[in-house]
Amino acid sequence: MSTLGTTLRSELVGAGGVVERNYYLTKRYIWWDLAWFIWTVANTLTIVFIAKGIEAQGGTLDVNRVATSLLIGAVVWAYLGVLFEFLMETVAWERWEGTIEYTFMAPLSRSMHLAGMGVFSVLYGLLRAVFLFTVCIWFFDLSVPDAQFMAALVVLAIASISFLGIGMMTSVLPLISPEKGTQLGWIAQGTLLVVSGVYYPVEVLPTWMQWLAKISPATYALEAARAAILDGQGLSTMWDEIWPLLVIGVVSIPLGLWIFARGERYAKKHGKLKRSG
Amino acid sequence: MSEVQEAVPIQVVRHHPEFAVRVQELRKEFKIRDRKQGRFGRKTRVALDDVSFAIQRGETVAILGQNGSGKSTLVRLLSTLLLPDGGSAEIFGSDVVRNARPVRRLVNRVSVEASFFKKMSAVENLSYAARYYGMTSGQTRDRIPEILERVGFPKDRRDESMENLSRGMQQKVALARALLTSPVVLLLDEPTTGLDPRSKLEVQDFIREIRTSHDSTILLCTHDLAEAEALADRVGILDRGRLLVLEPADDLKRRYGSDTLEAAFFAATGREFEAEHDEEDDDREVMA
Repeated sequence: MSTLGTTLRSELVGAGGVVERNYYLTKRYIWWDLAWFIWTVANTLTIVFIAKGIEAQGGTLDVNRVATSLLIGAVVWAYLGVLFEFLMETVAWERWEGTIEYTFMAPLSRSMHLAGMGVFSVLYGLLRAVFLFTVCIWFFDLSVPDAQFMAALVVLAIASISFLGIGMMTSVLPLISPEKGTQLGWIAQGTLLVVSGVYYPVEVLPTWMQWLAKISPATYALEAARAAILDGQGLSTMWDEIWPLLVIGVVSIPLGLWIFARGERYAKKHGKLKRSG
Repeated sequence: MSEVQEAVPIQVVRHHPEFAVRVQELRKEFKIRDRKQGRFGRKTRVALDDVSFAIQRGETVAILGQNGSGKSTLVRLLSTLLLPDGGSAEIFGSDVVRNARPVRRLVNRVSVEASFFKKMSAVENLSYAARYYGMTSGQTRDRIPEILERVGFPKDRRDESMENLSRGMQQKVALARALLTSPVVLLLDEPTTGLDPRSKLEVQDFIREIRTSHDSTILLCTHDLAEAEALADRVGILDRGRLLVLEPADDLKRRYGSDTLEAAFFAATGREFEAEHDEEDDDREVMA
């Protein structure tokens, strides 16, 4: 095998190791994950009940459609939360366990290390999103006869490229501030969703926020997911949402890697990989 | 108290291919908070002060020093976990900054804290760590049980969470993790600190075994004088970031006219080996 082939194989095995590690951790913490899933279900139900509440207070609306629309927003929010959390743990959890130095001194490129984190988070997040959606659809007895679920999942997977790029940018924050870095990551996630029409059309936002909505991948992911599930649209009619997601993805992944590399260099310069004192 | 003898200058090492480790005028500084200078005050602490030395292939070198002397900083620089502020360090001719990835293939490390994912088992921790070095599941299926057996890890506890294992057991798994990737340079940063006497002896025996059975070069940083003397071909004294001397233990004792390494350490540094620290040492300890 050529040197390039050997290196590529070694890198792929390394990325597989990151997936393997996350699998072991998920297995060991499965009951905690289940408890967290119950919390997510409760949170999602609370949001979807808003549609029923408006009707009960005399509002006129298509409850089935509004409830499903809110449900899609809540599921995408939860999915994004999983992706961001896994990427934030790239640094935060490893620092807490003390393994970060062993990971960072291994001959695995940072891009493949983060790719391994990304692959696992997407697989785990999609699985969780499907469960969450199914439980809530059953709970409210919502009807989505025309839904193109596969199209919605594909769009979410494409959007994940951009989400991972943004997640990489925020995952380095715990290296710079071990105490507050993780919280800063949540701020980024919240900001992304507030401008992306998670529970409302982006048209209700002030003009300057609508401009931000145009560069948020969550805007296009939500629009496409709603079109697929509520209106039964297939991938062939979603090009207007898919191409911006691809463009944002192509920009955000290299930018995310570059920012992570800068953060890693800063940490190595100032001795911040290991928490001291 | 006897006078401090003048430090022995360590010659700058010229490039030589058989050197496993070559360090030249290596310097590392940290900026730390200085409350005396106000809220945003900062002061510079020199963790390594132009350190130079070389280690031959297959050699075991021990670096002695108190807490905060710069031992861990040296190990981290050689492990590519820190960036130096001056000088250079090479592992088999590869610069630790410019060619970090080849260096990472050659080096592994055991530190005082056996850091693992505590909920995961020994086998799981070793398994994912081996993948980072490109080892497939086919390669580790037999290798992990073999290596755990070699370090004396009980077979019936391989699948138990690390959090249920004693410090000594965890340190054995840390040794297994380091050896699993067949490193040609092994960096041991106080590997026996905090272990009970039996575990300490077991770990030391295993280090001896690595010396004889592997083509490994070992840098052992310790503040255990007996351990340094028993395991190393040469012993160095690192004090407040400066490498004062590096030579065989007997030569070192002879140089300072001492019967023991402890007395030699005292003669070289002017301080008892376990002496209390001053404020500057405390700062260094935080950096280490």
